Amino acid sequence: MDLAFSNDDLAFRDEVHTFVKAHLPADIAESVRRGRPIAKADIQRWQLILYNRGWAAPGWPVEFGGTGWNATQRYIFDEVMAEFDTPETIPFGLLMVGPLIYTFGTDAQKERFLPKILNGKEWWCQGYSEPGSGSDLASLQTKAVLTGDHYLVNGTKTWNSSAHIADWTFCLVRTSSEGKQQEGISFLLIDMNTPGIEPKPIISIDGAHHLNMTYYTDVKVPVANRIGEENKGWTYAKFLLGHERNSITEVGLSKQRVRRLKSIAEEERTGGKTLLDEPDFAGKLADAEIALTTLEYLSLRFLAEEAAGRPIGAEASMLKIRGTEIRQQLTELTIEALGYYAAPFEMEQMSDRWNEPSIGPDYAAAQMPQYLFSRAATIYGGSNEIQRNIIAKMVLGL
Amino acid sequence: MDFSLSEEQQLLKDSVQRFVREEYELESRRKLVATDIGYSEDNWAKMAELGWLALPLPEEYGGIGGGAVDTMVLMEEFGRGLVVEPYMSSVIIGGGFLMAGGSEKHKTELLPKLGAGELKLAFGYAERQSRFDLNDVECKAEKSGDGYILNGHKGVVFHAATADKIIVSARTSGGSRDADGITLFLVDNNCNGLSRRDYPTVDGLRASELELDGVAVGADAVLGAVGGGAALMEEVVGQAIAAICAESVGCMDVLQETTNEYLKTRVQFGVPLSKFQVLQHRMVDMFMECEQARSMCYMVTLKIGDEDPVERAKAVSAAKVQIGNSGRYVGQQSVQLHGGMGMTDELHVGHYFKRLTMIDTMFGNKDHHLKRYADL
Repeated sequence: MDLAFSNDDLAFRDEVHTFVKAHLPADIAESVRRGRPIAKADIQRWQLILYNRGWAAPGWPVEFGGTGWNATQRYIFDEVMAEFDTPETIPFGLLMVGPLIYTFGTDAQKERFLPKILNGKEWWCQGYSEPGSGSDLASLQTKAVLTGDHYLVNGTKTWNSSAHIADWTFCLVRTSSEGKQQEGISFLLIDMNTPGIEPKPIISIDGAHHLNMTYYTDVKVPVANRIGEENKGWTYAKFLLGHERNSITEVGLSKQRVRRLKSIAEEERTGGKTLLDEPDFAGKLADAEIALTTLEYLSLRFLAEEAAGRPIGAEASMLKIRGTEIRQQLTELTIEALGYYAAPFEMEQMSDRWNEPSIGPDYAAAQMPQYLFSRAATIYGGSNEIQRNIIAKMVLGL
Repeated sequence: MDFSLSEEQQLLKDSVQRFVREEYELESRRKLVATDIGYSEDNWAKMAELGWLALPLPEEYGGIGGGAVDTMVLMEEFGRGLVVEPYMSSVIIGGGFLMAGGSEKHKTELLPKLGAGELKLAFGYAERQSRFDLNDVECKAEKSGDGYILNGHKGVVFHAATADKIIVSARTSGGSRDADGITLFLVDNNCNGLSRRDYPTVDGLRASELELDGVAVGADAVLGAVGGGAALMEEVVGQAIAAICAESVGCMDVLQETTNEYLKTRVQFGVPLSKFQVLQHRMVDMFMECEQARSMCYMVTLKIGDEDPVERAKAVSAAKVQIGNSGRYVGQQSVQLHGGMGMTDELHVGHYFKRLTMIDTMFGNKDHHLKRYADL
């Protein structure tokens, strides 16, 4: 057992440090620091910078354009990315469908899709949930009927983050109603510009438009866009959910959140001192920091296992549960820190066009939307209750 | 970065596991706890023979020269067995003080004996008013000729009755809560002026109340610098906390595993308890607490040697908070999920629960370390 970094690791850290410091655009860092929503164009701009350096996909194998880094290097990279205010990785392409395509896709699919995921040119969204299929995902009803060399897709998908700005979607569709529900599902990659696809906004409690309900009416999808075999889509979806569970651990992001929270608590005053010096608040903050350190070492253990060639099983659900709980703990503490200034909800303050003085402290406006949207974290990606079901069954054998 | 055990560490683990399997059936432990001294001298001799008493001690003083990970491996298995021999008091803490603060003479004379099982040590630090503050010391040491005269009280001194020497914190200068001015003394257990009231503790160990009434010690009884005891205690107690975290992980794993099995076998309403979702989720939460506790146990073990004292202190306190939270949850829920059986003295569950409860208190509970972490 050893936590020490080798000289190579330390040199690597310096390299990443120097690069990010020199190349992270100041305006993007400022927006991240203030907790503003980051525009698609800004995320693409940063992604391209990483791509040109060869660092677009830390978790991918070299042969598909990844870095091939070992667990330690990936840890160091994440640490440095969190240390600076870099925008969060949009998971759908790089963390979800990308690994699925290089694992199960055809050569043609790899060639067609992977490069544009890496350079950020193509934006992906997920088409899983339906109005009648939430946690019970396998009950999904969106139908795909094979007609010659293409499928005809009809149905409704929901909770599609970014569907209104995405170029492609990866979609679970029903190709058979025989046998078990899970055995009649296929996995399709669908061009969002295909006629018959219509995303409609769902405004969430944070007042923003992240989510969509997407209607599919006689949408033609080439058979060549199916991943793997027909009716085996559930297997691929499960593989992908495993990836998602790892990625929503968000250790680096939560470290950013702790830093932001501390700087807010240093400004806010109570009883003549800063909130940071108020013992009850300081205790809650320490509690959250310790929880985060625990999550960090838990995820490092998984990372080390993976690096040693032992694939992670359903235990990864723990990372999703704790990662999302801690995110909520931190966003909750942040609005608690704001006191009354959690209340002003002038959404225009978040836009570039706002040039009046801020209402209350300038760090306040972004925090309530973040708190509100963080409530989704324990629901999406398989709700935390579903994750507990998974651990109970797969790990504990209950 | 690597969390796997070396071949030697795996061998050590196997060997401690074998010992626990052979000597620590719940019934055997019950008998040991009921003896006069509360543990087995035979076991102690066996631990000496197997090299465990010398494990963390330096090779130049007859030790094995093991590191924090070796101690962790051993303590985790001791936790699984609820081992009652005074390993923590004597080897981890006593040995820790000798190594960190002992003079060359102390080390040469005492460390080989400690490793051979011929010398046992204990550590008296807590006082009635001090709660978990190591630096709240009213026990006085006044200069007298070349030596000192000690007067005061030390409470809940684990394994004092069977120790040959007791390390006592006393104030040589400063106010009663000052960090400066505390000195550590090596006091013979049978010396004049020292009286003990011995008693059993709830978790099957032994402890004593000590009264020091004009205990005279020589200058050579001082460990470390005169007045510099605070830093020494912080260092050694930090190591003890890392070790007790490992013990706690061992305790929790036993409870988690056996409760999980129990749910699969206990039938109510015509189905095993394991089929009820509310119990499945409780069990998952217990499992997660165990894994989180283990993660922090690794963290503190690997950081206890960190050169930066603030980093080290943060690691120690963070781990102790997590262990406290996890231990309480796993202990209480194990009793709950075993139903009435969990309340019986007959079943192992209650004994682990009691030990976990006391581990939270040892060296400062969760609240104490949360505050310490926040202040760092």
